[in-house]
Amino acid sequence: MTAIDLGLPTIAGLAGVPTVSDSDVPQKAKDFKSDQEVRWCPGCGDYAVLAAMQGFLPELGLRRENIVFVSGIGCSSRFPYYMNTYGMHSIHGRAPAIATGLSVARPDLSVWVITGDGDALSIGGNHLMHALRRNVNLKILLFNNRIYGLTKGQYSPTSEVGKVTKSTPMGSLDHPFNPVSLALGAEATFVARALDSDRKQLTEVLRAAAQHRGTALVEIYQNCPIFNDGAFDVLKEPGERERRIIPLRSGEPIRFGAEGEYGVVRDPATGSLQVRKVAEVGEDALVTHDAALDDPSYAFALSRLGGQDLEHTVTGVFRAVSRTSYDDLARSQVQQAHEDRGADLAALLRGRDTWTVS
Amino acid sequence: MTQDVGLDPAASPARPTEVRRLDRVVIRFAGDSGDGMQLTGDRFTSEAAAFGNDLATLPNFPAEIRAPQGTLPGVSSFQLHFADYDILTPGDRPDVLVAMNPAALKSNLGDLPQGGTLIVNTDEFTRRNLTKVGYDRNPLEDDSLSAYTVHKVPMASLTLGAVSETGLSKKDAERAKNMFALGLLSWMYHRPTEGTEGFLREKFARKPEIAEANVLAFRAGWNYGETTESFAVTYEVAPAELPTGTYRQITGNTALAYGLVAAGQQAKLPVFLGSYPITPASDVLHELARHKNFGVTTFQAEDEIAGIGAALGASFGGALGVTTTSGPGVALKSETIGLAVMTEMPLVVCDIQRGGPSTGLPTKTEQADLLQAMFGRNGEAPVPIVAPCSPADCFDAALEAARIALTYRTPVFLLSDGYIANGSEPWLIPDVEQLPDLTVEFATEPNAPDGSGEFWPYLRDQETLARPWAVPGTPGLEHRVGGLEKADGKGNISYDPDNHDRMVRLRQAKIDGIAVPDVVVDDPTADAEVLALGWGSTFGPIGAACRRVRRLGMKIAQAHVRHLNPLPANLGEVLGRYRRVVVPEMNLGQFAWLLRARYLVDVVSHTKVAGLPFKAEELQGVFTEIIKGAAA
Ligand code: SF4
Repeated sequence: MTAIDLGLPTIAGLAGVPTVSDSDVPQKAKDFKSDQEVRWCPGCGDYAVLAAMQGFLPELGLRRENIVFVSGIGCSSRFPYYMNTYGMHSIHGRAPAIATGLSVARPDLSVWVITGDGDALSIGGNHLMHALRRNVNLKILLFNNRIYGLTKGQYSPTSEVGKVTKSTPMGSLDHPFNPVSLALGAEATFVARALDSDRKQLTEVLRAAAQHRGTALVEIYQNCPIFNDGAFDVLKEPGERERRIIPLRSGEPIRFGAEGEYGVVRDPATGSLQVRKVAEVGEDALVTHDAALDDPSYAFALSRLGGQDLEHTVTGVFRAVSRTSYDDLARSQVQQAHEDRGADLAALLRGRDTWTVS
Repeated sequence: MTQDVGLDPAASPARPTEVRRLDRVVIRFAGDSGDGMQLTGDRFTSEAAAFGNDLATLPNFPAEIRAPQGTLPGVSSFQLHFADYDILTPGDRPDVLVAMNPAALKSNLGDLPQGGTLIVNTDEFTRRNLTKVGYDRNPLEDDSLSAYTVHKVPMASLTLGAVSETGLSKKDAERAKNMFALGLLSWMYHRPTEGTEGFLREKFARKPEIAEANVLAFRAGWNYGETTESFAVTYEVAPAELPTGTYRQITGNTALAYGLVAAGQQAKLPVFLGSYPITPASDVLHELARHKNFGVTTFQAEDEIAGIGAALGASFGGALGVTTTSGPGVALKSETIGLAVMTEMPLVVCDIQRGGPSTGLPTKTEQADLLQAMFGRNGEAPVPIVAPCSPADCFDAALEAARIALTYRTPVFLLSDGYIANGSEPWLIPDVEQLPDLTVEFATEPNAPDGSGEFWPYLRDQETLARPWAVPGTPGLEHRVGGLEKADGKGNISYDPDNHDRMVRLRQAKIDGIAVPDVVVDDPTADAEVLALGWGSTFGPIGAACRRVRRLGMKIAQAHVRHLNPLPANLGEVLGRYRRVVVPEMNLGQFAWLLRARYLVDVVSHTKVAGLPFKAEELQGVFTEIIKGAAA
């Protein structure tokens, strides 16, 4: 078996997806609202993500009919029903697989996958990791509430160890996933994290994801007030959030804290990243964020800065690198084969060795 | 050999190369799985096809890629039946058995009838190899084979001698011994040789010395027959009188792949195959991957579920979504098939059945997935089922499955099996102009009956009950589908009890109402009292058995069902016409079960699950008994 150079130039961002023209009535957030009543619990973090999505899509300027939301099963997976675009609410864990087929078949669509921690990381873990490895042109929004909501409160693959739930009255035993680390391990080309409550950063991250050609994974910390209320509260409380959240801005030194008193430095001995007081290490020691670094170990080290206890949480775009997307490659093979050989069905059926009975 | 034609009993067997004419011959090549028996059989098949014989083949190989050398589990064989008339099966028993080693002899000799011809590669009959398979004595040296015409040929050493000029290592040189066997058999049966030489040179184009060795071995085998006196007779099997036209040889899996390509062309849709490698279906994936020029995308997914998921996603986008698999894969795909039932989108699910349950017998044939295809999903989830009856028929069955999927917006099962998937036969190449038109119309306009300008994704076509296929990118028709129950018409989520009851019945009515052709009965005397009814790959053995029964002066009718769901509208009436209906199946009576449930007819179920197709002889016996019983 030999490997051959596929030799396809990288295609940029949303190339090929039709946009609204200047003469069209400008899109508004409400154009993306379907007529279906939104049925999440009051206070659910999903509302904020839906609002951010509907609010940001007009600015993207894509034709509504060329946007598709595909979801799995779970509370957040009802999302497509609330979007006035094309959509499919599929089966548990399989949305990345279904969306892969759609994305390969249709270069003119912006395809979004809506999934949760159970859907993407438990039952659908296999599809998620392969979508990321292939780099299919999909935007995957992973709503992480660290709990099973729709099935009424069992622990999930992102729940902290010792989580007491209906299925784990003595505390859960399994070590949780860090979705960002997982995605980076699968060599995802775009990985980001945002909080449901931070509309501004969420929108920034969604915008960057939409423009990325290939699989973009966005982990969204989402509060489930019914079964896991306050899971991310420490990241929202004034006084706490400043010293815990480490926001990433490409090209800028990684610095945070109410007064910017903390920063991220590289340990020269191990190469790992650490949080230090700027006053102790000096500004020059701070790492300047570069999401475009090809070597994923930097982004991975960033993803390890925060623990399950949320002592620190890195948000923003960890990694955004360019690698030809699977669907572009798949289509180019089909196109190349057609250009080289045409499509003569009669010749195919005839084959080479025939005989005639007269 | 049976039914010799022009045999002169007075002819001296010592006279060299007397030519006898036969109307049919069954040859079985058997050897170690490393001996290249499948290739040998394939080449002889191509020679027979090029010569214009009718033919049918039965490859039979172990699931292990290389089982321990020289052992019984490692035996691989290829049986080929060729004739000067239209035949239906690869033959029950070989007339000629080529055994490349003791294991092959031991595991195949039982099938060789007395008086049959046995050609043995003596070089492998060493003490060690004999012991390995439990022979205390060398059967070539005692009288245990006296019932057969035995030709002892040291094929390996003769091959070594013939290819010595190529300078290949002994190991590589000896590998060509299968071509020696092919050359010898080609000489015995007056087969054309150019095709094989050309094939070998092309196959080993990048290793010219290997190509040369194979050609030399092939010629040496031929010359061995010509120059030694051990073979006194050669045989001719004249070309068959088949319907006029241009033919090629084709296996079921290739025909299936071509049918899917043709379906895409006839529907003017891209074909998207999502698949995961599995025996015996992988060849369909391999074949389709070679025809991307027809707008065919092949996606080798991370698992069976992703294979069908991607295919369904592509269907949502307006492609003809297809997935190919075998029984264990169907089990994994069930949930997605249910989603396709619920979302009412076209999808072709090809199940190349193999022995089950679980991993079962991956390389052997069985028909035991019928009820899985019929019922293997949660909820009321009816799926149409189409079953091809022969290798070439896989082409038409693929077109038919695609027609139903596209017309009725539903997943469709195509139930092939290992026997017809790997078996081959001559195929009257169809005229592309005559292929069915499968063009579909996507929805382009809002359709709400209330004139609201809305699009109702579940508003059905009055005739077919199919819902509109509105693909993303169509302005104004934005809508959401999914696995939750939908409101009749509008298609929004609905938990209304009456709506669910209505939708369950509508989905069932849509499948029940699919237009399928009536079943055709072959009843030459028009007054048979017994009907042999089959489905899928048993067509050949049942047909061959019916011919035998009729030759014995008895009456039997034959009918074969291609559409298992919905069943042909006239089937109940056909069943009622006969005193007894016998249903042979390679399972424990799944179709019989369906027939009894559906028509309250007490059919006679004859079943066998041995991993091999029925023998005509066996069915002849079964039919004869039933005919006698019905008359009594
Ligand atoms: S259960 Fe939790 S996640 Fe689900 S809708 Fe209610 S609040 Fe949201």
